[in-house]
Amino acid sequence: MADDFDWANSADIAKAVGSGKTSASSVTEAALARIAKLNPTLNAFTTVTAARARAQAKKIDAADKSKLTLAGVPFAVKNLFDIAGVTTVAGSKINRAHPPAKKDSPLIARLEAAGAVLVGALNMGEYAYDFTGENVHDGPSRNPHDITRMSGGSSGGSGTAVGGGLVPLALGSDTNGSIRVPSSLCGIFGLKPTYGRMTRANSFPFVASLDHLGPFARSVRDLALSYDAMQGFDADDAACVDRPVELATPLLERGLDGLRIATAGGYFKKGASPEALSALDTVAKALNARNDIEIPEAARARAAAYIITTTEGAALHLERLRKQGNDFDPAVRDRLIAGAMVPSTLVVKAQNFRRWYRERMLELFKDCDAILAPATPTTAPKLGQVNFVLDGVELPVRANMGVYTQPISFIGLPVVAVPVPLKPLPIGVQIICAPWREDIALRIAYALEQMGVCVAPQPKF
Amino acid sequence: MGAPPLDDFITAAAAVLDLPLEPAWLPAVRANLEVSLKLGNMVAEFPLPDAAEPAPIFKA
Repeated sequence: MADDFDWANSADIAKAVGSGKTSASSVTEAALARIAKLNPTLNAFTTVTAARARAQAKKIDAADKSKLTLAGVPFAVKNLFDIAGVTTVAGSKINRAHPPAKKDSPLIARLEAAGAVLVGALNMGEYAYDFTGENVHDGPSRNPHDITRMSGGSSGGSGTAVGGGLVPLALGSDTNGSIRVPSSLCGIFGLKPTYGRMTRANSFPFVASLDHLGPFARSVRDLALSYDAMQGFDADDAACVDRPVELATPLLERGLDGLRIATAGGYFKKGASPEALSALDTVAKALNARNDIEIPEAARARAAAYIITTTEGAALHLERLRKQGNDFDPAVRDRLIAGAMVPSTLVVKAQNFRRWYRERMLELFKDCDAILAPATPTTAPKLGQVNFVLDGVELPVRANMGVYTQPISFIGLPVVAVPVPLKPLPIGVQIICAPWREDIALRIAYALEQMGVCVAPQPKF
Repeated sequence: MGAPPLDDFITAAAAVLDLPLEPAWLPAVRANLEVSLKLGNMVAEFPLPDAAEPAPIFKA
């Protein structure tokens, strides 16, 4: 019976567990078996919490499941989320000396309250300063569609685990694109909510004014179910906004009527590979999104996000750079050291620009409800590939895979990344909405999924 | 051929910040700082009025 659920979505698992067709324990055992079988190849997991998972599954099996929207759904989290009893390594060697976390991230607690079963922690780029999914300490998380290629980062293990079928649901973080980039390269759906929507308490930070947390899944309904389960104010995160829970799942089937959808032109088409442009065109045609709009000064927005990231990141890690420089991934360390040396005047200018840019973007949303843009400029590069060519210029992969995601998260807009199952490798498209309108992005993603335009392709192992 | 001009700044900044900097790290630090300065200057040259407020924490 459990084998039937190997590639099942969270919603189907919850329904089957809720109806008694299968048990949470059976689904959990199957997930643990899949992880044991596939993880040596894919390297998505850094910790498997088998005993905890079995205990939670048993609890779910004994519970009244009528209100558990994620009953028995196995999930895993990027290893920067606190898991009680597990050290939060955040992809680093340095944090391995930290004591185990005393309590779970509230997002884990909220998913478990909805019946989900945590099965482990996932590989990631060191301290989340990464777009590749490579990690010098743990090895790379591998792309499930071609294990010689990158998963994308920094939530690489999250992309690999969901895209590879190890779990139907995972959590990650997105500072500049770290949910949307792995979603694109691994061919799955990812949601980066509005800045301030999801509590980040009990997770290891990177750039406080840009950090977001969110889910990865193989269906839009799963994104919505998990997002709905995780919403809610939390005073333990200074940036978390106190606003009512706004459920998205009940709105998924409203369709596209009345929605004005445009495609980002200019910067967002310059440098994109033929695959990225093809995916964007496919999605735009399916949505009848005929108008191109220009997001003003997007290149400068990306530059400003880059500056804020490198300087805030450097400030966060300054003491570790002073004392443990040789324990960092050299690629991360050298970027952070350079970040510490950026003149403060440039940082203030970046923050000035940020407000200006936000005002312009909000004006755009007076005339449209969603904007489409590529999620990544290319499909998954080869593992170890240092540079790629964008718009005729050779650039480092690690810093530039997020050129289309950075100008969006810079001002905290909600985005759903949807997968277009091109052959041989998938690639994603961003559905970008106004602040707090995750429901619209999810509704459009759901329509695309129903049309068969955006689906998570199942890899062959 | 002398050292690239940025190297003197990096060496001095490392000392001021009390950041150990092994010679082998310098080329990568320089390459990263060059990119940051280029991008930072690109932002800074954008004309904004004196009254433009910064947005240290974005509120949607």
